[in-house]
Amino acid sequence: MPGKLKVKIVAGRHLPVMDRASDLTDAFVEVKFGNTTFKTDVCLKSLNPQWNSEWFKFEVDDEDLQDEPLQITVLDHDTYSANDAIGKVYIDIDPLLYSEAATVISGWFPIYDTIHGIRGEINVVVKVDLFNDLNRFRQSSCGVKFFCTTSIPKCYRAVIIHGFVEELVVNEDPEYQWIDRIRTPRASNEARQRLISLMSGELQRKIGLKVLEMRGNAVVGYLQCFDLEGESGLVVRAIGTACTLDKLSSPAAFLPACNSPSKEMKEIPFNEDPNPNTHSSGPSTPLKNQTYSFSPSKSYSRQSSSSDTDLSLTPKTGMGSGSAGKEGGPFKALLRQQTQSALEQREFPFFTLTAFPPGFLVHVGGVVSARSVKLLDRIHNPDEPETRDAWWAEIRQEIKSHAKALGCHAVVGYSESTSICEEVCILSASGTAAVLNPRFLQDGTVEGCLEQRLEENLPAGCGFCHIPYDELNMPFPAHLTHCYNCRKQKVPDVLFTTIDLPVDATVIGKGCLIQARLCRLKKKAQAEANATAISNLLPFMEYEVHTQLMNKLKLKGMNALFGLRIQISVGENMLMGLASATGVYLAALPTPGGIQIAGKTPNDGSYEQHISHMQKKINDTIAKNKELYEINPPEMSEEIIGSPIPEPRQRSRLLRSQSESSDEVAELDLSHGKKDAFVLEIDDTDAMEDVHSLLTDVPPPSGFYSCNTEIMPGINNWTSEIQMFTSVRVIRLSSLNLTNQALNKNFNDLCENLLKSLYFKLRSMIPCCLCHVNFTVSLPEDELIQVTVTAVAITFDKNQALQTAKTHAEKSLQRASTDNEELLQFPLELCSDSLPSHPFPPAKATSVDYSSFADRCSSWIELIKLKAQTIRRGSIKTTVTVEKASPVGEGNFRNRSSPPCANSTVGVVKMTPLSFIPGAKITKYLGIINMFFIRETTSLREEGGVSGFLHAFIAEVFAMVRAHVAALGGNAVVSYIMKQCVFMENPNKNQAQCLINVSGDAVVFVRESELEVVSTQQPTANCQPACAGGEVTT
Amino acid sequence: MTSELDIFVGNTTLIDEDVYRLWLDGYSVSDAVALRVRSGILEQTGATAAVLQSDTMDHYRTFHMLERLLHAPPKLLHQLIFQIPPSRQALLIERYYAFDEAFVREVLGKKLSKGTKKDLDDISTKTGITLKSCRRQFDNFKRVFKVVEEMRGSLVDNIQQHFLLSDRLARDYAAIVFFANNRFETGKKKLQYLSFGDFAFCAELMIQNWTLGAVDSQVDDMDMDLDKEFLQDLKELKVLVADKDLLDLHKSLVCTALRGKLGVFSEMEANFKNLSRGLVNVAAKLTHTKDVRDLFVDLVEKFIEPCRSDHWPLNDVRLFLNQYSASVHSLDGFRHQALWDRYMGTLRGCLLRLYHD
Repeated sequence: MPGKLKVKIVAGRHLPVMDRASDLTDAFVEVKFGNTTFKTDVCLKSLNPQWNSEWFKFEVDDEDLQDEPLQITVLDHDTYSANDAIGKVYIDIDPLLYSEAATVISGWFPIYDTIHGIRGEINVVVKVDLFNDLNRFRQSSCGVKFFCTTSIPKCYRAVIIHGFVEELVVNEDPEYQWIDRIRTPRASNEARQRLISLMSGELQRKIGLKVLEMRGNAVVGYLQCFDLEGESGLVVRAIGTACTLDKLSSPAAFLPACNSPSKEMKEIPFNEDPNPNTHSSGPSTPLKNQTYSFSPSKSYSRQSSSSDTDLSLTPKTGMGSGSAGKEGGPFKALLRQQTQSALEQREFPFFTLTAFPPGFLVHVGGVVSARSVKLLDRIHNPDEPETRDAWWAEIRQEIKSHAKALGCHAVVGYSESTSICEEVCILSASGTAAVLNPRFLQDGTVEGCLEQRLEENLPAGCGFCHIPYDELNMPFPAHLTHCYNCRKQKVPDVLFTTIDLPVDATVIGKGCLIQARLCRLKKKAQAEANATAISNLLPFMEYEVHTQLMNKLKLKGMNALFGLRIQISVGENMLMGLASATGVYLAALPTPGGIQIAGKTPNDGSYEQHISHMQKKINDTIAKNKELYEINPPEMSEEIIGSPIPEPRQRSRLLRSQSESSDEVAELDLSHGKKDAFVLEIDDTDAMEDVHSLLTDVPPPSGFYSCNTEIMPGINNWTSEIQMFTSVRVIRLSSLNLTNQALNKNFNDLCENLLKSLYFKLRSMIPCCLCHVNFTVSLPEDELIQVTVTAVAITFDKNQALQTAKTHAEKSLQRASTDNEELLQFPLELCSDSLPSHPFPPAKATSVDYSSFADRCSSWIELIKLKAQTIRRGSIKTTVTVEKASPVGEGNFRNRSSPPCANSTVGVVKMTPLSFIPGAKITKYLGIINMFFIRETTSLREEGGVSGFLHAFIAEVFAMVRAHVAALGGNAVVSYIMKQCVFMENPNKNQAQCLINVSGDAVVFVRESELEVVSTQQPTANCQPACAGGEVTT
Repeated sequence: MTSELDIFVGNTTLIDEDVYRLWLDGYSVSDAVALRVRSGILEQTGATAAVLQSDTMDHYRTFHMLERLLHAPPKLLHQLIFQIPPSRQALLIERYYAFDEAFVREVLGKKLSKGTKKDLDDISTKTGITLKSCRRQFDNFKRVFKVVEEMRGSLVDNIQQHFLLSDRLARDYAAIVFFANNRFETGKKKLQYLSFGDFAFCAELMIQNWTLGAVDSQVDDMDMDLDKEFLQDLKELKVLVADKDLLDLHKSLVCTALRGKLGVFSEMEANFKNLSRGLVNVAAKLTHTKDVRDLFVDLVEKFIEPCRSDHWPLNDVRLFLNQYSASVHSLDGFRHQALWDRYMGTLRGCLLRLYHD
């Protein structure tokens, strides 16, 4: 009985008129927790009642404290008939359960009704007295802190990063229970809200238990999602990264906070740092080989084969350990072994983080992803959600195996998602394969690691780019060159990752948002036939999405993608693919070649003219983009670069494994003989369309930048004005003659127009950058496409905008990143006619692939078909793996140069999807905000139609989030995310319903200008320490 | 491809001042888009008409939602749904309650009733202000009136407190409320030359001096209703023109003092008795509600027009009125000096303001 919950109802205001006769309301309040209910007196005839109730006390288990929400219902007393409910407030008391967070919840909460929206406010005070409970078998996990932030929260230090935690709970969806036929929509909505609140509480508690088992004290990068499976139930699932965090001693003091990052940078443990070796010995191939050799016998296909047995045998897949040990490179070997042993104990060495403490990320292998199509069936026993667990376990195994195939033992920037349509569900997971520094992963070794050590000869901001696999035995064909930065290690020519740009990365110019958009029609079908159709389409979509990304990246003159997120949504009669990422030019990677267009019918004069015209346009666009994004890398003479590598060529590759049974890996490889050129072949009108669509993407108006990562590469002087927003658009497609092309165009226009609208709306903030632009696509009905965007616009100081690249480089000198290697692969194609016909260069290691390419390709396709035919319920799975090398990290930036902080107005709560607030320091985390709301209306027209309805609802959701944060004593929500926005309408019945799920971290921030200024100012503070400091401490 | 739904919601509510103005002016979305296009915004920003349409719709929706709150501005400050910086809140309120000169002149002094509201069509046609905007302005007048009537304390303060208006605007509303309450006639043809500012100026003076609030600050409606006792007492001033000796004496005092100083001395001398009778009779008639309503008509007829027809310069009017008021103090037989000052002090201010072309 370890907790006493105390609640006091103070007052209400702006209540609605419930009694028409008097134009007043006789309000009272019911306070419910678990099965106990208290009531206040009735406050007669007032719209602003003062209850000033006694303290209502609930004596409860801490288990209940974690699971149950406090439920406050405001009612209108009616002598003669039943009391009418005015609305409810659900308060998650979890933030009161750990010591460092909030101690009291007190403030005005909007009173919410699922039919009427917000109806006035109520002032409530909530406190919890926790008694210590030494029972080891307890089921609660009070005290474990949760963070949505996908990096180590500012004002904490990561002592150990334990790793992946996941859990899911299932239940029947009240909306689909028989009782729903006889109860009111309100009752049904409330039952759902209550259930989900309960389920997320339970889920969080269970995850907390796992964390305690791992001896952690916090979950970072906590992502909780709902799957509304309709008839078959309701799934709430969550993933996160368990950590042991230490609060930085004096978070409020600027100096220590500022210093800590730089200290950490130097904390690279001697024995774990592979760099001195590799560097001192120069780029000699032997050493290279030693460090990362795949034994020749290990063909790539074997490595990546995804059967479970294979996976569990680490020695087999851990390509580094054996050979490295034998062949030298002791440090590296040691590193590998340590890391491996640390990671091997884990079932899934996954990390939901996208930004890392300096030195944590050693190598990046590339993007790994897996998708699987399942048929939903009723969950029979909610207490044993085995099917869903098994589904995810399968996918995660898949991911793990892909990472291993890339010579990586871990996956970072990991996330999972679903898309459901009727009874078909696509499960997706993706992340970035990486090699990690074990220092953060092991217990006990931390102290030893803390000795400070300056790595003078570390490569500046290029380490993570270096390939982690052996160049002679590459898991897939790639085009390698010497690192343009350190000239010692090999780097790929293009890099794709799901993480944020590492702080220490050296970037040239600015970044930009790059999106690939794609629709595919699909026949309407039922059940298995439907699932088959979908899984047949998936690989094609993945391929095309990646081709588009690649082309657009080239067109921008950039060579790396960060924050890559590919979303595939399923609807009744189509599939939509939307990939967003932030393109940058990494100084360490080679200059991307142009795009070359090749025609099929060379004899036709006018056709050639047309082609050359297009070619010119493309070249112009590239040149323009380079100027726009300020990409002007220093010229490199060929000799300096030296080229042990035979011929630069572009290579794309598609690696997909057909899961379960297959050992077979389909590998599509494509390379072009032309030096540095990426060839687009125009052989039919489709291809022509594709090229055209490439050119239709309009750059943002001047003064605007956009990215989907935390921060914009190349901008580091944010000022304090931020504007978070959500924008939703739904379009109806005319059903006549829908073709893929028309669909693509519609979808493309939808996204482009949406972006244009955003730029227009936010024009008063220029110069500004849209950060963390997050698009989600769904197909709520036939012919309807819904796109939801959440992002934050941040202003920056134009005058200082340009000086970033250099400082990055300098800064990164201090960074201890071990050398990295990279991989790059992109998927190319399936359809043979789009394959370039250039002969593959006779590259040594890769030749194998080429020879078998065609065969593999076709056999792979067959395999899919085969697979598709043999599916049973829930067993179809298509996995697509895309790998790219990528850096770790985060952006470098932020000099939040003391901005004028005009907004000191009381009561303002900032919201941002970022983990920081420009120009401010987060001094305290108050707890996680995780809220779920349903809103329904039966008077859609009267509420301004669908737009009016949803506009009001989203505004209300924001209001409720802000109110909860304010009641916790906070003034901002960081890492805010709208995880779900499910909108359904029935205009004929004048009805609509919407479900929204949001989460974030409630924090207290202090303007930097309000802090003691003196201590902070190291001369270079703006770009260097401040940046680093920004990461870790602010 | 049609947009079914298109919304933008910011954590801080975006307010576009230009669109707000168009909305307040009662333009439909399509008219507003057309006007914005004409303003050249597309060229400046490189946006498309579709973007503009979407943006305008969005702002209109926001304003529509805000309108309910604007009806009770303190609610706007305390509500939680829209996060709006205080300066923007003030702007929203101020602009919402701002009114058109042309419109206010049409309804000033009219009863703020349903009947008047029905005439808004005509006013709209006459003034060129959209009906929607007319309704908003009319409803604002009426709302303010309803809230502050029967309230204690200063009218301006009450308005400011309940509607959070700027001092200037609150004073204007006080004038509107005062005029509506006392139903002063302002629409007659001969009053057309007067601006709202002229009336508002007079209203302020009258509120300060002629209402209950001028003598007692503890009554309801103290600033809205004229002091009945004072109006009754004004009859006593009649002696100034009824008593022939007093009138002559008054005239000679004024003429002596002004001789040589007035450009229109002879006209003044000739007209003195008429003017004085006019001014005093106006005072004496104020006991009747109907005559109170015609106050401005009477002032113009009895004083302004005669002076204007003789081409008195404003400065001469001022000198005359000053002397005319002051000389009464030298009339030994006259015992209502305080009453005279309370009446004439205000009237002098009003007349000087009203005396223009």
